[in-house]
Amino acid sequence: MFAIMKRELLSYFTSPLGYVFIAVFYLFSGIFLFLFTLTSQSVDMSYVYTGMFFVMLIMIPILTMRLMAEENKQKTDQLLLTSPVSLPRLVMGKFLSAFVILLICMLIFLVYGIVLSCFAAVNWAVIFGNIVGMLLLGALCVSAGIFVSTLTENQMIAAVGSIGLNIAFILVDSFASVMPTKFLQDVFYSLSFFSRYNEFTIGIFSLSNIFFFASVAFIFLFLTVRVLEKRRWS
Amino acid sequence: MIEVSNLTKQFGSKTAVRNISFSVNEGEILGFLGPNGAGKSTTMNMLTGYISSTSGTAKINGIDILDDPIAAKKNIGYLPEKPPVYGDMTVKEYLNFVYKLKKSKLPRESHLAEICELVKITDVKNRLIRNLSKGYQQRVGFAQALVGNPGVLILDEPTVGLDPKQIIEIRTLIKRLGKHHTVILSSHILPEVQAVCDRIVVISSGSIVANDTTDALARNLSSDHKLVVRAEGNPDDIKKLLSGIQGMDRVHINREAEPGVYEFFLEAKQGTDIRRDVSKKLSSRNYPILLMKSNELTLEEIFLKLTTGDNYGGLEKYEKALDSKEKEDRK
Repeated sequence: MFAIMKRELLSYFTSPLGYVFIAVFYLFSGIFLFLFTLTSQSVDMSYVYTGMFFVMLIMIPILTMRLMAEENKQKTDQLLLTSPVSLPRLVMGKFLSAFVILLICMLIFLVYGIVLSCFAAVNWAVIFGNIVGMLLLGALCVSAGIFVSTLTENQMIAAVGSIGLNIAFILVDSFASVMPTKFLQDVFYSLSFFSRYNEFTIGIFSLSNIFFFASVAFIFLFLTVRVLEKRRWS
Repeated sequence: MIEVSNLTKQFGSKTAVRNISFSVNEGEILGFLGPNGAGKSTTMNMLTGYISSTSGTAKINGIDILDDPIAAKKNIGYLPEKPPVYGDMTVKEYLNFVYKLKKSKLPRESHLAEICELVKITDVKNRLIRNLSKGYQQRVGFAQALVGNPGVLILDEPTVGLDPKQIIEIRTLIKRLGKHHTVILSSHILPEVQAVCDRIVVISSGSIVANDTTDALARNLSSDHKLVVRAEGNPDDIKKLLSGIQGMDRVHINREAEPGVYEFFLEAKQGTDIRRDVSKKLSSRNYPILLMKSNELTLEEIFLKLTTGDNYGGLEKYEKALDSKEKEDRK
């Protein structure tokens, strides 16, 4: 598992992808910090986190598109699948590699916190709460991205497919409002990624939200394992 | 070491491998011979657990590859048709990765150095794999299969893409490895299998058509009594002359190889050596022999022989087809 994680990380940083991803992530968070926090002369970063919601949904597919699709294309999956490694561990290794990149991305918010704390009192609990929230959302996007990447051997299809999937996540709210019955509306609202994520940004650290993101991420990882297994059997 | 019984693989309605059974003993090199699309790679993918079988079992060291894949895979080194190498890693990084992936317990540095020496990639070990030539990539793939010193080596066309010198090196290496490992080697090149393997399994459109030791198979398919002769002179006269040789079954004028020089296919009764008689007869009438060789069976002929029982005609048909194509091209 860690061997696969290490290999993927190495690959992120031998190509420009890892650097570019982190740089663009820092760039957007910096722009949001400037626009929403610094210009309004406050230390409230909640709009920054809200902005990052969309940035992550669009960018993470770029990070995950390669993970399985390239293995399928180069036939290197033959090495992985004939090695004494179980499928869940293989998928977990892939997941962790992208997750480590996200961890590096999150460091910038600690920097922002430190900078802001030079000028005013900063609520560190909220900052850490939001980092956890973003990591959970990121974990979900990474799992969904790996799942889509497993289905194809074309990186572009994997990227477009998982961006589409992520946009569908965003649209859950819009669908909820047009549902005919109250029950269906409630179901859709409870699936709303945005409102759940939004609770993190305004400082609510709810266990049910953590559980929601973690379980959706788990479902996608589980589906990935099943797809790999199915391919063996078909 | 390897036991395959009634293995079948279907892709949808297409049966890629049909009910094959064979076994390979420890320290034996088995050649898996067949034309493209015969089911060689499919069988190997099933043996290594890359794909599952539709029915039947494959056991490595007594462990069923589907019941306990992790334990079975620990004993296998697999070189697929396309070497599973990552272009963005150096050879050294790649082998370290494979070492960890296979959870090998051998001392890392010395073990990997030894493998690099064996397949002769020590001098490129710090280069990115994507910058290596096809031959080197193939050897890196080979090195990968050797990591962890597995008891069973499964090699899918290991010499494809190598130059003649490298081919000989790799064959020698496989022979050496075969003393301590169980090796399955697939190929569509008969001389290669003959040179390396103790036993040959011939597979054609998914079924095994022959399974025998290399010697026995060669003897059965021996072609001493079939000759290709090129002689200068009147072809009909030569044909008549040669037909008179005792034991001669058939004389066939194939084509005019050079101006005035004709190529003949001769076939005598099995077990008769007609070379001396041919030479004497032709020289007695002053027809110089420009070439005489035994009509070695090509893989295509062996297939025809094994699958249809047709004893001759394979090469002739093939050459005729080539000839007519050549003529068309000239037009």
